[in-house]
Amino acid sequence: MVIQSSQQPASGASSYPDPMIDGHFGSYGGQFVPETLMPALGELVAAFGEARSDPEFTRKLADFERTYSGRPTPVHYARRLTERLGGAQVYLKREDLAHTGAHKINNALGQGLLAQHMGKKRIIAETGAGQHGVAAATVCAMLGLQCIVYMGEGDIRRQALNVFRMKLMGAEVRPVYSGTATLKDAKNEAIRDWVTNVNDTYYMIGSALGPHPYPIMVRHFQSVIGIEARTQMLESTGKLPDTVIACVGGGSNAIGIFYPFIGDADVQLIGVEAAGAGVATDKHCATLVAGSPGVLHGTRSYLLHDADGQVMETHSISAGLDYPGVGPEHSFLKDSGRATYVAIDDRTAVGALHLLSETEGIIPALESAHAIAYAAELAPSLSRSHAVLVNVSGRGDKDMETVSRELGLTLGIDADAGGRR
Amino acid sequence: MSAAVTLRNGLDERLQATRANGDMALVMYLTAGFPDADSTLRWGPLLAQNGASIIELGIPFSDPLGDGPTIQRSSQAALDAGMTLRGSLDLATAIHADVDAPVVLMSYCNPLFRMGVKEFATAAALAGVTGVIVPDLPIEESSELATALAAAGIHLIFLLSPASTEERIRRTAEIASGFIYCMALTGVTGARANLSEGLPDFLARVRACTDVPLIVGFGVSKPEHIKRLSAHADGAVVASALVDLVERTPVDARDAAISAFVRELHASCSGS
Repeated sequence: MVIQSSQQPASGASSYPDPMIDGHFGSYGGQFVPETLMPALGELVAAFGEARSDPEFTRKLADFERTYSGRPTPVHYARRLTERLGGAQVYLKREDLAHTGAHKINNALGQGLLAQHMGKKRIIAETGAGQHGVAAATVCAMLGLQCIVYMGEGDIRRQALNVFRMKLMGAEVRPVYSGTATLKDAKNEAIRDWVTNVNDTYYMIGSALGPHPYPIMVRHFQSVIGIEARTQMLESTGKLPDTVIACVGGGSNAIGIFYPFIGDADVQLIGVEAAGAGVATDKHCATLVAGSPGVLHGTRSYLLHDADGQVMETHSISAGLDYPGVGPEHSFLKDSGRATYVAIDDRTAVGALHLLSETEGIIPALESAHAIAYAAELAPSLSRSHAVLVNVSGRGDKDMETVSRELGLTLGIDADAGGRR
Repeated sequence: MSAAVTLRNGLDERLQATRANGDMALVMYLTAGFPDADSTLRWGPLLAQNGASIIELGIPFSDPLGDGPTIQRSSQAALDAGMTLRGSLDLATAIHADVDAPVVLMSYCNPLFRMGVKEFATAAALAGVTGVIVPDLPIEESSELATALAAAGIHLIFLLSPASTEERIRRTAEIASGFIYCMALTGVTGARANLSEGLPDFLARVRACTDVPLIVGFGVSKPEHIKRLSAHADGAVVASALVDLVERTPVDARDAAISAFVRELHASCSGS
């Protein structure tokens, strides 16, 4: 199979914005950062622009994707899940099988190589659940780069396992106590570090957000998911999928699988946000479903903020979706109608984690379980000829403690955690 | 030169006067509503009476990514005490009515955009505000707000950094009005013991491109700093050092401590 890392949307998307021209996706995106960072962003735009059209860089990235990350990841036909749902055929893109157990490695690898190419030796990153932190620490260890990960103090307590993984790989994990001590505050702190150490530091953002060029750069490195999946679906079914479903926090796995299908007008794209305790409550992070445009962390996009423009506290059982903003390209896709966005609550996501575990022997991350849950709601109403492709963005090992707690069980004591059906 | 240069208000008059006297303009910063609205209302006039040339009122925001720990804390405390953008504009109105010193606002983008830039510009003009500083709004993203503010007779104050390229300094100088906020360092706000060695060089690079007043902030915390800057700039902003002073002073001694600090800073501003 050919892995192509440089791509444009297929024909039919000629009006699609190209942020390499002015940094915007329609009215979204941009560079809302302190002046001190503007020259560094200019450098990054130039370096990324060169790298993505440099065959040598592209070849090096593709080699690492194959030999280090384990790409291509397979597409699996979920036969028992399909039978259980009794409607559309469900296919799973297995990003959970990539090195470190999630799609985050794709972006960390691409940006790590770019940082090395730019001669930067000090890498900073922010993390919520710790998946991007682990991916950053992994790539930095492999490339011999210094790695500092900012992480909210609250998240450090909740995600002790990932903190330990990062430290094992030589990263320094810096606790963030300010604000709500979660992902958004870790991002604030990483940006403060970058402003202070802008000369020698590379800021490795983990999702398709932040100031230009990050959204387009992260999309570029994550698009390998959709490029592979598009070819794999054609090979195994002889046609494109009718529907592509992915979970959306910041939106990197979703834009990675959506983007190569944007020009395929018949392919329906659905992003699934986290409804937490319900979008009618104040405990959710369904930014596109329930938010309105605003500016956070350098980009204009949909945002969960109050009437005074203060950013709201969010909630999801899945730490990786628990963020009040979203990538600007998703805001553009929502307004243009090319993609639609829905929300799944905590309880339904946990149910989907069980469903996929029992029917397919695949334990998805709680983030990915949101996408599975929506596929499970949608599939029964569709015909057998309809193919739904779901991105399993990560594996669920990291979530076992959260899920057992949700069920009122204690790991190691209650042996009947599974087999509830 | 752009049309913005023709905009004139009380801020220009004040800066022209300090420059004519050979004095440094002293910009003193308060976080609106820290620790409460009454304190801000009392301290605005107190700053002016003791020698502040300009009052900078900071609008608290949940995610102040350009600020160090001091202003992060004061912003969060102000938000916890219920301060809002509208509340801050009310404070600006009251302070403006009470003192000669022009009032400028500092706000991150989101509260302004949430209100709507036109509605904000109109409300700020009604409050007597003369300039607005937006630390996360580079020139590339500024035209919408700059246009709305100019229509309301208010300067959008641009910032430059020691990291700014010659080209960015030139482009900023072309559209700057009121003053240019020159950051003394690459980093976040917060009092520092020393000014950086390269600062005079940076200010000379900006000065070579424009006659617009240059006011230096970030890390400026002592009379010695202001004295050192007087050969290179038109004024200085003291922000975190004042907030630090408030935090470490018992409640009933704060007014006196603030007055003494501002008098001391003001004494270092005199060119004669």
